[in-house]
Amino acid sequence: MTVAVEQTARRSEMSEAGLRRAEVDEIRRRLGRDPNRVELAMFGVMWSEHCAYKHSKAALQRLPATGRAVLQGPGENAGAVAVGDGWAAVFKMESHNHPSAVAPFHGAATGVGGIIRDILAMGARPIALLDSLRFGPPDDGRVAPMIHGVISGISAYGNSIGVPTVGGETVFAPCYRTNPLVNVACLGLARSDRLATARAAGPGNPVVYLGARTGRDGIHGASFASAELAGDPRDRSAVQMGDPFTGKLLIEASLEALASEGAVIAIQDMGAAGLTCALSETSARGGVGMEIDLGRVPRREDGMTAEEVLLSESQERMLLIVEAGREDEVLRIGRRWGLAAAVIGRVIAQPLLDIREGSTPVASLTPRSLVDAPVYAPAAEEPAYLDEVRRVDPATFPPAPPRAALLALLAAPNIADKRWVFRRYDHMVQTNTVVPPGADAAVLRLKEAFPRGLALSVDGNGRYCYLDPQVGGMLAVLEAAQNLACVGATPAAVTDCLNFASPERPEVFWTFREAIEGIAQACEALAVPVVGGNVSFYNEADGAIFPTPVIAMLGVFADVRCHATPGWKTDNDLVVLLGGGVGQLDGSEYLTTVHGIAAGRLRRPDLAGTARLIECTRDAVAQQLVSSAHDCADGGIAVTLAESCIAGGRGARIGLALDRGARTDRVLFGEAIGRIVVSLPPERLPALRSLASRLAVPVQALGTVGGSRLIVGPQGGPPDPWIDVDVDDLAAAAQAEFRIAPRAQQPSASDGAPR
Amino acid sequence: MDIGIIVFPGSNCDADTHHVVRDVLGHRAQYVWHEERTLDGLDAVILPGGFAHGDYLRAGAIAATSPVVRALRAYAAGGGVTLGICNGFQVLLEAGLLPGAMRPNAGGEFRCEYVRIRVERTDTPFTCALAPGQVLRLPIAHAEGNYYADPPTHRALLAGRQIAFRYCDASGAILPGANPNGSHDAIAGVASPSGAMVGLMPHPERASEHLLGSEDGRLIFESLARWVTPRPPATRDRLEVR
Repeated sequence: MTVAVEQTARRSEMSEAGLRRAEVDEIRRRLGRDPNRVELAMFGVMWSEHCAYKHSKAALQRLPATGRAVLQGPGENAGAVAVGDGWAAVFKMESHNHPSAVAPFHGAATGVGGIIRDILAMGARPIALLDSLRFGPPDDGRVAPMIHGVISGISAYGNSIGVPTVGGETVFAPCYRTNPLVNVACLGLARSDRLATARAAGPGNPVVYLGARTGRDGIHGASFASAELAGDPRDRSAVQMGDPFTGKLLIEASLEALASEGAVIAIQDMGAAGLTCALSETSARGGVGMEIDLGRVPRREDGMTAEEVLLSESQERMLLIVEAGREDEVLRIGRRWGLAAAVIGRVIAQPLLDIREGSTPVASLTPRSLVDAPVYAPAAEEPAYLDEVRRVDPATFPPAPPRAALLALLAAPNIADKRWVFRRYDHMVQTNTVVPPGADAAVLRLKEAFPRGLALSVDGNGRYCYLDPQVGGMLAVLEAAQNLACVGATPAAVTDCLNFASPERPEVFWTFREAIEGIAQACEALAVPVVGGNVSFYNEADGAIFPTPVIAMLGVFADVRCHATPGWKTDNDLVVLLGGGVGQLDGSEYLTTVHGIAAGRLRRPDLAGTARLIECTRDAVAQQLVSSAHDCADGGIAVTLAESCIAGGRGARIGLALDRGARTDRVLFGEAIGRIVVSLPPERLPALRSLASRLAVPVQALGTVGGSRLIVGPQGGPPDPWIDVDVDDLAAAAQAEFRIAPRAQQPSASDGAPR
Repeated sequence: MDIGIIVFPGSNCDADTHHVVRDVLGHRAQYVWHEERTLDGLDAVILPGGFAHGDYLRAGAIAATSPVVRALRAYAAGGGVTLGICNGFQVLLEAGLLPGAMRPNAGGEFRCEYVRIRVERTDTPFTCALAPGQVLRLPIAHAEGNYYADPPTHRALLAGRQIAFRYCDASGAILPGANPNGSHDAIAGVASPSGAMVGLMPHPERASEHLLGSEDGRLIFESLARWVTPRPPATRDRLEVR
């Protein structure tokens, strides 16, 4: 896989190529000689954490990767699952955190470009993007340029290449102030029997370079992404520059080459560690070697050294292994699309990378020695802070006035309407977007396999994982699945992006292992495989980020016309809560927004019960029993109800059960997985009840849709409700563009738009 | 009907337009590569949206120098029916085939959202199935859609009834709040004097199927069918572009 991950040791302990002394000794042992300077540099990037997953590989084995629909699990450029009628959905998520911290615009833009090439390398046409973003507080003057830069970068790249950005999440917390997270997921579509591989084969077959010319940008990017951010201005040279126009041409040229029956044997993108990674991984997978002449690599500038050519992370480049005799066909396609295209070498049977520049030997290594980096078993130790944060009892805080708390939550940056973000992304191009951003999950139709469709949701809650990484990992998976169920899709597969601080600190590695355990248990409960993913370590500058695993989950529709959205549709529809249990204030958005703390003790979710709720909701939507469905998430049931009011442009009268002395703020704003609010015509209630009882899912009637106000009080309630707000006022609170510190006058020369 | 859809490097709504023309409306559709030198034999030509040549320099500026745009001049001069959507409209402006120019959106940002436009002229191949003053709900997706015409050009547009669409609110009123990009006189689309060539910023091809949220865009394509079908080819000579 285009193994994106991150690195080895703290900078102070590293030798020149970013390797530890013991690693250099290991290289000598494997070679039986001293590596030359170029070879050492190749090992340096290939054995970086970013490329080699040295600290995470063993722990990742815990994730379930198999399932009936899985066509490709972890190990290639992206995972793939069968979605019916001979079509495969290919998807993958990747981080571009470090580059985005240093150069927000280009870091985010090349994050989009990079993940698209992974999908392309599977032979799939990219059909959708989602991004999961984390920033510091938006009113912070240092954070604002990052927010603008990242969103502009995603917008500039994604819009231009014609792949819609159909969803995502934008979350703010102080721990991401200097280390933002930019995780981009891409979904592609291919015929199942035409999935491409990155396995070189056939001695004599030409190795073809396709795409942009190679320049000096992004050198050592993989190593840079594998250490803590040190604020070194020279880091900017490790960030690549994206050119979306060339990216678009590369999509078309690669797909055209792959469509020429039998011409392309293997294809891989040149991403992290550039040509070095592409040559060694394709060779190692195929058990072959290659003779490469670097002199034939198309270059952007004169005087580049062999090391620079091998390590450059210039964007928009692919490596193809082509059937001998058909190289001219592929080169012609590339040139017709205005790309650089050249044969740079040949496959050989001996598993050896024999790299020369003209007749001068440059490097001679076995691909395996580069690809099979050492694997570490880092120490793990439960962090001391956990005792402290879990000792906090939310019941010791005074309840806030419900109406004011609701309006404050709706206006909170994490919950507020994100139209200001997603209207900057083309979310409609390719004309498949059935449910646009803003709902529980994005819904796409498949023109090629209509009425089939796909849904995608990305979810992660760093605050939950900070309080309990295992439960937080579970909740991220369950939340994504509930979101898919709300739109009517069946959860099918997961790709993840695991964002953590340095794995060399035992208390960080413990949270990593715990989060994986939680993700694994929840995926097993839902029978959803993890078909790929990405690990991003060393996310710490001023301090560690929250442990932030992000889950992208793919859902499938047999008939995409039967989907649901969160907004109320019709007056007099019943409002019903599926699932049960009272939420808790521990770790809630309410506690953060109103009381300014992230603390408490999370409950372990009922995995089996949530799995049944997901099935029940999916069936209710697919059978068109319900008019709307919306997941209860951040801000609790009060925010869920308010969002359904805003989206539907109509009010509701709601009564909530108040058990044995429960606090109203807990009932209104408490959070718990396993609750979904639906609305439906009264005559369909018996059908919903019978479906729910078959799956042992609790059903609770809460009230009725109608009027222009949201009125919430105790069930069977007294005359004065807790909340009584006009829907227009709810909308005004949610849509008020909260204060982002003002934009800088001009982007600096080194971080402007690409023209 | 044979409809040609021009493909520049960087076009990205070509396949969407092809889908509507062929799969939704049942016409014959063919892609026309930017290096083609003739458009003869086509009943209509559509320049789709996208980022032709990356929109480097200015949106549409490089594409306007393509061989196919030279062919388009001859095609239009002969009365050929042409629609430019979004980037296609920008190319027509840069080529001087339609009057006016585009500036970056007043808000400085790319905007993708539904807007409403009012039909200002109905005797064109792309509006003849619409009523004067009819309001259409269509999406926009652009960063440079702030239409500008200098005072003499604007006077000529008014005199020649060349304003095809204006941004409006749901009731059809022209209000500053309903103008998404700061376009002069709320202009969302313009026509050649004869009406044979029309360019607009909103995307009718994205709003031609119920499942996607609006079918108003389909009326623009259905106008074309109504215009072309009942007329023998010779009558199209009336539609000269001056």
